[in-house]
Amino acid sequence: MTDVCIIGIGIHRFGRTDGASGLDQGVVAARAALADAGVEWQQIEAAFGGSSAAGNADIMVSRLGLTGVPFINVANGCATGGSAMGSAVAAIKAGQADLALAVGFDKHPRGSFDPKPAEWGLPDWYGETGLMLTTQFFALKLRRYMELHGITPTTLGRVAEKAFSNAVHAPHAWRREEVDLDTILNSQMVNDPLTKFMFCAPAEGAVALILASEKKARELGVKGVKVASVAIRTRPPGSFEVFAPSIDIERGLSATNLASRAAFEMAGIGPADIEVAQLQDTESGAEIMHMAENGFCRDGEQEAWLAEGRTRLNGALPVNTDGGCLACGEPIGASGLRQVYENVVQLRGQGGGRQVAGRDGQGPKTAYSHVYGAPGLSAVAILER
Amino acid sequence: MSDLWSDEAPPRLIGGRDPETGRIVFPCAAGFDPVPLKRDGTIWSWTVQRFPPKSPPYAGPAPFEPFALGYVELADEVIVEARFDGLAFDSLKVGLPVTLRLIPFGTGATFAFGPAT
Repeated sequence: MTDVCIIGIGIHRFGRTDGASGLDQGVVAARAALADAGVEWQQIEAAFGGSSAAGNADIMVSRLGLTGVPFINVANGCATGGSAMGSAVAAIKAGQADLALAVGFDKHPRGSFDPKPAEWGLPDWYGETGLMLTTQFFALKLRRYMELHGITPTTLGRVAEKAFSNAVHAPHAWRREEVDLDTILNSQMVNDPLTKFMFCAPAEGAVALILASEKKARELGVKGVKVASVAIRTRPPGSFEVFAPSIDIERGLSATNLASRAAFEMAGIGPADIEVAQLQDTESGAEIMHMAENGFCRDGEQEAWLAEGRTRLNGALPVNTDGGCLACGEPIGASGLRQVYENVVQLRGQGGGRQVAGRDGQGPKTAYSHVYGAPGLSAVAILER
Repeated sequence: MSDLWSDEAPPRLIGGRDPETGRIVFPCAAGFDPVPLKRDGTIWSWTVQRFPPKSPPYAGPAPFEPFALGYVELADEVIVEARFDGLAFDSLKVGLPVTLRLIPFGTGATFAFGPAT
């Protein structure tokens, strides 16, 4: 099977863009990615995309051109972007296409997400009694983890401080001003132990990628970033997920554990080989827990890692170099592809003030991205140059 | 909501046992055998809901009052999610013993866990 590489990336700024629909932003990102790759929409042979709250992605053919391209809508919660990319990679590997688009966009109303119980197979009382909030799940998973593994609130604060500090250098980020640790720790408590600055907010934004077979990239004379692996996994028994009226006493692995292991196996490398990582950080604790779930450290070691700055831009493993969801906000359909976008920027050495040096000082050669979403699925992508 | 707890006084939550594996879930689901759960448990994790959830679906009292909630481990059975009632926020901790109780909610009642009795 052919290798697949990313030859074009495009982004529409995250945050709030009044007057632009989610689809508008998706089209902006798609055009930017095409221009970045130096190809025309007419050359695209397969497209995959989606949003969670901003409509079907395939509508954008009326804006980009009615070329007859097969355009498949993807709806996979927080893993929508990762699934779109995974599908594009599979189509190219299968020989169905040599040049494909993956796009994700979204535009959520202000305020917390308000899922409907019936859409998640849950009884009405679960929502009526105030138990169906994503923020609660994050807080509950985190509280348990802190108790078991000795994670302190200061460490949660350090994650958020790092995110805003990194975002200062990311033009596509939403919140681009530094926030000091005391302000983060003393801001309004939202769901204990998480304060306002430790949570991401629903937002808007769009990202598009142009993927090509090895042969096509050569023909076009471009040097892309290689997709070493993409793995999408749903939850195993005993996992702890969003919107769970009950969980098993016998605890099991997580969807993230499965996706991470599969992605490393496919890529033939391990966590120690990764030089930059984007890990789902819907709140500070998620980044902490995902560091361990993805195999980068052991449970509890995050306390020392954060204190020593090991995940900062100049650390041993920079994490969420564009500020992640904490600073970019969470447009569900776009977040996973934003991580991939950021990794391509880093691998190309185009990160400017947020560029990481890599082990040899010549820029990173490997990059890892991870998303997690309801009701228990995870997507991991490993890129190499 | 009465299919969630038994008619006894005091009541018990009704879980579901997988007839093949013995695994217990809450609430009872199709294909599971109803099984009354322990009244007493310990806090497995907790948080406080400090902002009003969007309504609908939330049907709690107005004006909104912050409330505590979490997961309660019922030994050898299952870990259930529930509101806490009658527990000061600063008393909440993992491992704290708690007991099931019913509380008025909306036009009816719901289940919660309060101080161990």
